[in-house]
Amino acid sequence: MRELLIVIAFSLGLLVLGIFLGLFIRGIDRKFAAYFQSRVGPPLLQPFYDLEKLMIKQTIIPENSVSWIFRGAPVLALASTSVLLIYVVLPYLYYLHGSSGPFLTAGDLIVILYLLMIPAISLIAGGFASGSPYATVGAQREVVILMSVEVPLAIVVIAVAWKMSQAAGGAHPFSLLTVASNPIWTGMGPMGILGGGLLVLTLMAVVPAETGKVPFDQAEAETEIAEGLLAEYSGKYLALYGLADAVKSLAFTALFVVLFFPHGFTDLTGFRIVIAGGDYTFALDILLFIVKVIIVYTVAITAVRVAMARLKISQAAKLFLITLSMLSIAGYLLIYLDPRISGL
Amino acid sequence: MSKSTSTFPLSIGPTHPAFKEPVKFSFEVDGEKIVRTDMDFGYTHRGIEHVARERNFIQVIYLLERICGICSVSHPMAYCLAVENAAGIEVPPRAKYVRTIIGELERLHSHLLWTGVAAHEIGFDTLFLHTWDIREKVMDCLELLTGNRVNYAMLTIGGVRRDIAPEHYGILEETLDYYRELYNRTREILLEDLTVQMRCRDIGVLTYEDAVALCAVGPTARASGLPKDVRIDYPCNAYPDIEWLRPASPRDIGKEPRGDVFDRMIVRVLEMKQSVEIVGFCLDNMPDGEIVVESKAIKLINQLKKVKGDGLGRYEAPRGEVAHFDILDEREGPAQIKVKAPTYSNAAAWAVMFNGAEIADIPIIAASIDPCIACADRMTVIKNGCGGLSFTAEELHRLSVEKQKRIKATCGNS
Repeated sequence: MRELLIVIAFSLGLLVLGIFLGLFIRGIDRKFAAYFQSRVGPPLLQPFYDLEKLMIKQTIIPENSVSWIFRGAPVLALASTSVLLIYVVLPYLYYLHGSSGPFLTAGDLIVILYLLMIPAISLIAGGFASGSPYATVGAQREVVILMSVEVPLAIVVIAVAWKMSQAAGGAHPFSLLTVASNPIWTGMGPMGILGGGLLVLTLMAVVPAETGKVPFDQAEAETEIAEGLLAEYSGKYLALYGLADAVKSLAFTALFVVLFFPHGFTDLTGFRIVIAGGDYTFALDILLFIVKVIIVYTVAITAVRVAMARLKISQAAKLFLITLSMLSIAGYLLIYLDPRISGL
Repeated sequence: MSKSTSTFPLSIGPTHPAFKEPVKFSFEVDGEKIVRTDMDFGYTHRGIEHVARERNFIQVIYLLERICGICSVSHPMAYCLAVENAAGIEVPPRAKYVRTIIGELERLHSHLLWTGVAAHEIGFDTLFLHTWDIREKVMDCLELLTGNRVNYAMLTIGGVRRDIAPEHYGILEETLDYYRELYNRTREILLEDLTVQMRCRDIGVLTYEDAVALCAVGPTARASGLPKDVRIDYPCNAYPDIEWLRPASPRDIGKEPRGDVFDRMIVRVLEMKQSVEIVGFCLDNMPDGEIVVESKAIKLINQLKKVKGDGLGRYEAPRGEVAHFDILDEREGPAQIKVKAPTYSNAAAWAVMFNGAEIADIPIIAASIDPCIACADRMTVIKNGCGGLSFTAEELHRLSVEKQKRIKATCGNS
């Protein structure tokens, strides 16, 4: 009972911290983007100011919308992304801390795959319920993106799980704990590393699509369909979507880090930081984790969104369903063949 | 209007993030594909032609500058050429060269502006900010020469109002070198970027035949392989002296014109280079002498007051041919003025370009002709609400003949 309470308390604390960190990373993202575009950019805390302003703005519910879906969708989006964040980060933090708990084996990649879909589905529901042609077009596009992104993402997850089933002797291959404690790169030959690199590349392309950033922001495309899905949203509900977006970006980049770069400080250097009898390794690990998340965010989201134009929906679907699916299957095959070739 | 069950109407505009000026498109959309296009103009009509009839010849120049913020040389240029044509005024050679320099600098900044807008339409904001960043240099240069970033107030009937001072030559040369250095890099970003090609190749195609049939002008026509350029076909200013000047074409960089959005981008990139070279030529061959026939406005107006007749002024604006037709009738100002803006000619081509395009292509196709709605809005219907009237070609012809007769009667021009 006490353990359960601790988990709940940790989850709530993590959620609050997650929202803050998510918004802060967004500020960093905007600053970096401004740097790449030779602008000054907004202050680092701009996402907080935006949120504050949206909260005091008038909230308009369109007359011809399906009101309860329209209101419910942003709440559902934030709730599901919060659960996603807890599911991804909490087991990993347990692992870094080296403690055990009931939550330790809870993080499951399959659950995470489903959790990832819920914010997108609530966006779609909210879009269709808006009763605006722009939002309808945006929702249709989001459906296409959702369906096409799932394929390479699932292949990446399967490839990682297969590797885990080999490394951990078949115990809990889908568990995030297994993934975190057996980094995918251990015991890999050059072919395996190449395969892992292809998987990283695939997931890099999936990140902007899952978080709805250029070049895969067709569902919101400002110049084409006037923010599409969000066209009719305003005030508090838009703020909720903003929060959900910040949390989802954080959760997904965290998932990226856990899947491919889960190494803690001790794993990397082999020793622990002990100052005046206190063990500060965990604190350093958390810092390292945040730095890794920011790096992944900057490379996979910021750098990509400043360097590319928005693709058309047909081009994006083709890219995910054909090119990136092929790429991830090739990565999987390379990882699969690696022990067999190296063993010869 | 018969409605198919598989299509749904999508109207974009009059205000929409994709358009910088109000224009309304009504599309009939099948999934993501456009099957029918209808356009509705008139949202920025300000009655400028009517206002122009109430003012004197000099005031009209500054009024026409304000038809549009980007074409603020092109419209006064066409107007001055028309009045000079009607009154038989010969512009001094030095004024011709100064006019050319200002006109070409305007073309350069207009094309850079267009590139940024186009990049924004396809979601490439870094390119948008980059082009607008390098555009600042030519804007600074224009401010130095004329005193203003837009609405230069540089032209007057019979010449220009300000000379290019000797100390400006160095700064101008420096600006030209800046753009010459940037040319290769800019060309690389614009024409070799993969995502730009994915969004612009074979999109919004206007074939050579369609370009001829729909009377497309400017870069839109040239991208379809139609070698049409007022600077070469009906040269004015310093253009007759520039023997190497040819209409830009994708063929110049070894590509066969396909008439798509990408070709329009190529043509504009080539024209930026052309503009830089033309300004360089004008600086090198600048003749000495007067810059204006008559610098005193009152004297000039009195001179023009004695003239009876009409004149046509044609000039190649950055967007294509702009033509002004003025009637002079022994008055202080023009008795009648008619503006034909390039967007007016190119708008008909939109319908062809949109045919079969996807919703995602709407912004970039709309932007590809570099529309200037404020230039093209020369009438509006307020009686039956917008879009409440439709005319056939015969009716329009009949109406224009009637109006012509009415004008001739009021002007007393036989």
